[in-house]
Amino acid sequence: MAVEGLLYTKDHEWARIDAGIATIGITDYAQQMLGELVFVELPAIGKEFAGYDELAVVESTKATSDIYSPVAGKVIEVNCKLESQPELINQDCYNAGWICKMQITDMKSIENLMDLKQYEEYVGGL
Amino acid sequence: MPFIANTPQQQKQMLAEIGLTMDELFGDIPAELRAKAFDLPLGLSEQEVRNRLTELAEKNATNLTCFLGGGFYDHFIPAAVHSIISRSEFYTAYTPYQPELSQGTLQVIYEYQSMICRLTEMEVSNASLYDGGTALYEAMMMALRITNRNKVIIDDSVNPIYRVMIRSYTQNLRIELEQTHCKDGLANREQILEKIDDKTAAVILQNPNFFGCIDDFSDIADATHEKGGLLIISCYPISLGILKTPGVMGADIITGEGQSLGIPMSFGGPYLGFMASRKQYVRKMPGRIVGETTDRSGQQAYVLTLQTREQHIRRDKATSNICSNEALCALTALVYLALLGQEGLKETAQLCADKASYAYKRLTKITGVAPHFKGKWFFNEFVLDLPCEAADVIAKLIEKGFAAGFPLSRYYDDMENSILICVTEKRTKQEIGMLTEALESVL
Repeated sequence: MAVEGLLYTKDHEWARIDAGIATIGITDYAQQMLGELVFVELPAIGKEFAGYDELAVVESTKATSDIYSPVAGKVIEVNCKLESQPELINQDCYNAGWICKMQITDMKSIENLMDLKQYEEYVGGL
Repeated sequence: MPFIANTPQQQKQMLAEIGLTMDELFGDIPAELRAKAFDLPLGLSEQEVRNRLTELAEKNATNLTCFLGGGFYDHFIPAAVHSIISRSEFYTAYTPYQPELSQGTLQVIYEYQSMICRLTEMEVSNASLYDGGTALYEAMMMALRITNRNKVIIDDSVNPIYRVMIRSYTQNLRIELEQTHCKDGLANREQILEKIDDKTAAVILQNPNFFGCIDDFSDIADATHEKGGLLIISCYPISLGILKTPGVMGADIITGEGQSLGIPMSFGGPYLGFMASRKQYVRKMPGRIVGETTDRSGQQAYVLTLQTREQHIRRDKATSNICSNEALCALTALVYLALLGQEGLKETAQLCADKASYAYKRLTKITGVAPHFKGKWFFNEFVLDLPCEAADVIAKLIEKGFAAGFPLSRYYDDMENSILICVTEKRTKQEIGMLTEALESVL
């Protein structure tokens, strides 16, 4: 189930926006589909991405999936705990399983993101 | 599951079942593409076939005393190797499609991987690649992936056949391939160190190099790492019995040709590419990787692991399109090394070096014959300059029963009179003496 206060993408990423900083992760739907995660390839700190650029990679026992950046921004922090505990994403995808934080460089890039209701409707139709 | 062809009656039955004629079954192929007739000669009897094939095979020269190296070597293969690998469970097994069922096959590959790591002093190995050349290409691609850069520096003391392969693979890719020119028999440090920058993904070197000369690349490793690049070293497994390993030199990825480990030269293959790297790069490695784990009853078991790198899962983002390995050749290498052991490998390498040294002394005493690279340490190959074209001398020596060496003019300009001679533990003092006399007589 998705959570209030976040914005969502069609590829099941979520973004928590706070004073120009976006905290990014993947949704419960995504982590369920992927199965138990065994590896997360985090982005480099300082690297800049446009909206929908390949930001990170998550690997489960059955698939490797690209994570796309929901916003245009620069990576300022990554969740290093995921290096030894990728399963945090399965256990708590909206909090402890956060992937990275980005400084948003173009606020227009968040305009196309979905809110909770839109995302739930979208998932319902899948 | 045995293969038994369908009888005409069975074919008739099957066609009747589906209600089609044989022609209709191939109906999807347009008429203009179908053969009008099959003009095949009548079959021969087994005896006629055997005679014909023997006639063809005898056109190959297999009895020459071999002083030819250049990447593929005439080493002694103990009979026990063939004995073990020719067990039908090993010899006839194909790539397992349900790998976890083939625990024996997986265990063999796991042991092979472990052995490669020990031999080269690297941290993780894959299940093998096709040969030393494609392995070197794959290593380069791996370095490009890891660093996200596109410049590669390669010295021309690296096997020229491998360099041609790399060029073929990459000519349509956006890769900046910078070639440095070997200086006095060794990789050109001046040029290499000058070219390394923060756009360099990899520096590719070989030890011993194509000319047989030995080097220590630790300084180049440091310089490469300082700029965030990777050092790739292609190596000769037998030499690792006595030489400093690429792992200790600081290589990030190593590759090589495993033919010298119990595999016959066979006029070009099958051969064995091996690859190993630092553990941190394992996810960017191509090819199969076998891992050890426990099953749900806690018993030791083997699996194909990290498969999400491979093309059947990751598709265009895969680390490579290779989805196979050289299982039987890898097993051969494993058996060979297990039979020799650490001491046996060391002795073999020492014999190669000693005999090459002896041959070098005897051959350079011939009037008109001189070493090309003076004062350079070599393992079991060296370059000699002759007073005339090497290719001609080699041809004359074939008549006398010797595969005397490799004509360097084939790949290197200004080396028409130079010959690359190799001596393995198989060459006797007598054979070396006879080569010396024969060479003297044709000059």
